[in-house]
Amino acid sequence: MTTALSIKNLTKTYAGGVVALKGIDLTVEEGDFFALLGPNGAGKSTTIGIICSLVNKTSGSIQIFDKNIDQDFSGAKRYLGVVPQEFNFNQFEKVQDIILAQAGYYGIPEKKAAERTEYFLKKLGLWDKRDEISRNLSGGMKRRLMIARALVHKPKLLILDEPTAGVDIELRRSMWEFLTEINNEGTTIILTTHYLEEAESLCRNIAIIDKGGIVEDTSMRELLKKLDTETFILDLSENIENVPEIDGFNAKLVDSHNLEVSVHKGQYLNDLLAKLTQQNINVISMRSKSNRLEELFVSLVESNLS
Amino acid sequence: MKISENYIAFQTIVGKEIKRFTRIWTQTLLPPAITMCLYFVIFGNLIGSRIGEMGGFDYMQYIVPGLIMMSIITSSYGNVVSSFFSTKFQRSIEELLVSPVPDHVILMGYVIGGVARGLAVGFIVTLLSLFFTELSLHNLGITILVVVLTAVLFAIGGFINAVYATKFDDIAIVPTFILTPLTYLGGVFYSINLLPEFWQKVSMLNPILYMVNAFRYGILGVSDISVGWAIVCILGFIAALYLYAIKLLRSGKGLRQ
Repeated sequence: MTTALSIKNLTKTYAGGVVALKGIDLTVEEGDFFALLGPNGAGKSTTIGIICSLVNKTSGSIQIFDKNIDQDFSGAKRYLGVVPQEFNFNQFEKVQDIILAQAGYYGIPEKKAAERTEYFLKKLGLWDKRDEISRNLSGGMKRRLMIARALVHKPKLLILDEPTAGVDIELRRSMWEFLTEINNEGTTIILTTHYLEEAESLCRNIAIIDKGGIVEDTSMRELLKKLDTETFILDLSENIENVPEIDGFNAKLVDSHNLEVSVHKGQYLNDLLAKLTQQNINVISMRSKSNRLEELFVSLVESNLS
Repeated sequence: MKISENYIAFQTIVGKEIKRFTRIWTQTLLPPAITMCLYFVIFGNLIGSRIGEMGGFDYMQYIVPGLIMMSIITSSYGNVVSSFFSTKFQRSIEELLVSPVPDHVILMGYVIGGVARGLAVGFIVTLLSLFFTELSLHNLGITILVVVLTAVLFAIGGFINAVYATKFDDIAIVPTFILTPLTYLGGVFYSINLLPEFWQKVSMLNPILYMVNAFRYGILGVSDISVGWAIVCILGFIAALYLYAIKLLRSGKGLRQ
């Protein structure tokens, strides 16, 4: 399998002595949908900044497909599309002009650039806004504009730094569908996000970065297997006053008709429901108290803190 | 990148720059035209008629080449410093930094954008000057060469200023405290032969004196200094500033963390 991104012993110390990266290693295979997670200030944006040349590295090496950025940064950049966290387009330019200019920077001839601009603006629902001054777009439209801009040169590796921040649920889901579609077409995607359900539903592999170091680098499936306990909220059909005794399970009342139950690895939901049924407690619906990945993320970051 | 791809990238940057300064023509093309008309009326017609001849020409004819050059210098510098700083400020410079455009293409694109505005303003001011005086053309080749080289030089200067600038105040400091005094003392309004010997020697340290005089030679055929030496000096400054600007881009000064 071809490696899309290979990072070896990458370090970054900012002027002033702040150490942002302490020698990280990371490999992303071609075709992957990869999540790079971490709390604020962990080093995610620094890593992305170095990959796309907005931050100078202190040491280490980065290879994007067959190009090492120290030997052929120009060649490496051709493979790369970046959607940054902050809006970074000219607020006074028209939507269409922003995409056309980006195509020009990659040496794409005018006719082809116009075709691709139309394709991606239509794909991302911005074609009607093509003559609009970009600062007049809504937040969600601005995010989609940056995605269209990042794709106009058809990159093999797309890096998205919190692409759905501030985007409403409907739009977020349509962006997920679009990203899944381009991933299925062969584009390797690296995603950073604070919406952990987004990472869980989209990504196959995951790395968690904290305090400038990688604390976890595995597949999503393997990571979720590490979850020891999952907490569910049960919606009961009738009110109860006391916490029922459920053998083997920890339970507590959220309120008179909501029960919170912890289910450990090796325990079965069928057992839980059967024991509740024996006590004439009927469950209408149930949901996870928090996202599974979120629980793991918090525990990993907390253990790194200690 | 291939040469043809670099050329497309170069065209894109230049096209964007020209589109920008023509879109906001009331800020970029109109003010120098009005300012220069005021110079022509006040210094040329009202005061100039009492001064008499200078360098064998009436005062109006004498100052016109200097005023044209002044507007070219200010516009080419101002275009690049404001445009490039604005892209830094809005972070849209990242569009270029993440793309494979080589540093020299980025620099040349912005410089030619600045030259285009300098030449546009120079052309407008020259046309306006014809309403106030007659202009002969002594040497077309030298006139064009000096205009283009001067615009290139100050466009690169504007680029370097923009790279160092961290706030909008920083892009006004050099034009206000360095460029304007050097231009006014660079023989736009007088011949340095009028100055005492000491101040003549001091004036020779002012690079703008060479450009104004070389341009005046192209138009009127008179100059306080050697035209050949002036062109060599301008080329030397261009080479030095170009290399410095490329070094700044490579290091990422003011652009990359």
